[in-house]
Amino acid sequence: MMKTTLLSVLAAGALAIGLAAPANAEKLVIGTEGAYPPFNFVQTDGTIAGFDVDIGLALCKQIGAECTVVAQDWDGIIPGLLAKKYDMIIASMFITEERKKQVDFSAPYYKAAMTHVVPKDSAITEFTPEALKGKVIGAQSGTTQAEYIQATYPDADIRLYPTQDEVNLDLASGRIDLQGGDMLPMLDWTTKSADGACCKLAGEPITDPKFVGEGVGIAVRKEDGDLRERLNKALDEIRANGTYKTINDKYFPIDVYTMK
Amino acid sequence: MHPIEILTRFWPQLLDGALMTLKLTFLGALLAGLVAPMFALIRVGARPAAQLPLRIYISFMRGTPLLAQLFLVFYGSGQFRPQLEAIGLWGFFRDPFNCALLVFAVNSTAYQTEILRGGIQGVNPGEIEAARAIGMSRWQVLRRVVFPHAYRIAWPALGNEIILLMKASAIASVVTVFDIMGRTRQIFSKTFDFSVYLWAAVLYLCITAIFIWLWRLAEARLSRHIGARERGVGNVQGGLQT
Repeated sequence: MMKTTLLSVLAAGALAIGLAAPANAEKLVIGTEGAYPPFNFVQTDGTIAGFDVDIGLALCKQIGAECTVVAQDWDGIIPGLLAKKYDMIIASMFITEERKKQVDFSAPYYKAAMTHVVPKDSAITEFTPEALKGKVIGAQSGTTQAEYIQATYPDADIRLYPTQDEVNLDLASGRIDLQGGDMLPMLDWTTKSADGACCKLAGEPITDPKFVGEGVGIAVRKEDGDLRERLNKALDEIRANGTYKTINDKYFPIDVYTMK
Repeated sequence: MHPIEILTRFWPQLLDGALMTLKLTFLGALLAGLVAPMFALIRVGARPAAQLPLRIYISFMRGTPLLAQLFLVFYGSGQFRPQLEAIGLWGFFRDPFNCALLVFAVNSTAYQTEILRGGIQGVNPGEIEAARAIGMSRWQVLRRVVFPHAYRIAWPALGNEIILLMKASAIASVVTVFDIMGRTRQIFSKTFDFSVYLWAAVLYLCITAIFIWLWRLAEARLSRHIGARERGVGNVQGGLQT
């Protein structure tokens, strides 16, 4: 009896050492929002899927890590990373100067632009501070599009929502006159979903680097420079070996890495 | 960022949020306070069959989360835009402040009704009998005897209800109303600095402290006809707590 106990203790110890050894898979946690289709969204069975998630998991495979994905509300997503609830944020996060003060970013994994979205019967055709004076504009709070509309349309009535889904809902119901959103999710929403059929993209794409930055990157803690380097290398590799293209084509008609 | 720097940089927004919180809470409590006495009388006096709709309404309001009620009204009304437009109500429901105010007033009415019902039932029947005996009409009895006494009994509980409503008003921020919480989240999403939540808590605390002080003054005034010795006894019915 004593012997078996001793043996099992030894076995457990060996297992623990084995897990810590570099030969075994490193365990990393990916934080994402889960409310931003098609990039990250919660499926009917409760799991999180989307372009961000697929890219994240492909990168993990490339660096030989075992990754799990957790959802975190957008407003707390950077504090969550700093509090080590997860090791990287892959949640369509634009690389901006403000955010760089808190976290480090990988190289962009896709390029991004923002757009205005209006109801199909909207009379709004001009997107200038004068033309939108007094209009009700919606956006998700804490996003670059929220920054953009607040800075660009000071005389508009600006409403900030906790998630993008809620902005969409209120644009469809007509509570807001227009919204600022990311180009790709808005393209997806207006062309593929039933409630998005109410609305259309309008005006020129917003590409001012002051707001959209260099593109969309993976955020890691500043002390994790090594992880950042490995992710950058893995990103180049999945671009080269076709994994990126396979994932891209599953979601988008264009290559979002170059936006061409 | 240093917590003091957060305050010096963002105090106008926080103050703006505080005004919105006050507006929402006190308009909501006031509207509820106008309707609740009538409902309370129905709850005390009407036949059970006549009370049924009111009881269903009260159980629904007290049995479901305020957040669910707010979502139901805010996003629910959005789904019925054509119908609401047809009866001219869309203009009202379009504004998030109106939706939040409506929900808070309707929710608080349910609680205040039950609190006042308790107050009315606590009035000594002998006092009502005496008032009748000296020839007061029904309305006079209500106005001069029942309600003054019922409010004195219900006062601490009513104060609690308003404080709870004030704190619950933080959820209005999820439907884009910029109250203290809405402003706080906006500032937090810019600075990622937790100390702004600390300042929000301090603001709520200040509002509550001032409110309790005013409410106690009013309580003293309501009880002025009772001697000091008896007032001690009256207070056993419950002091104001947060």
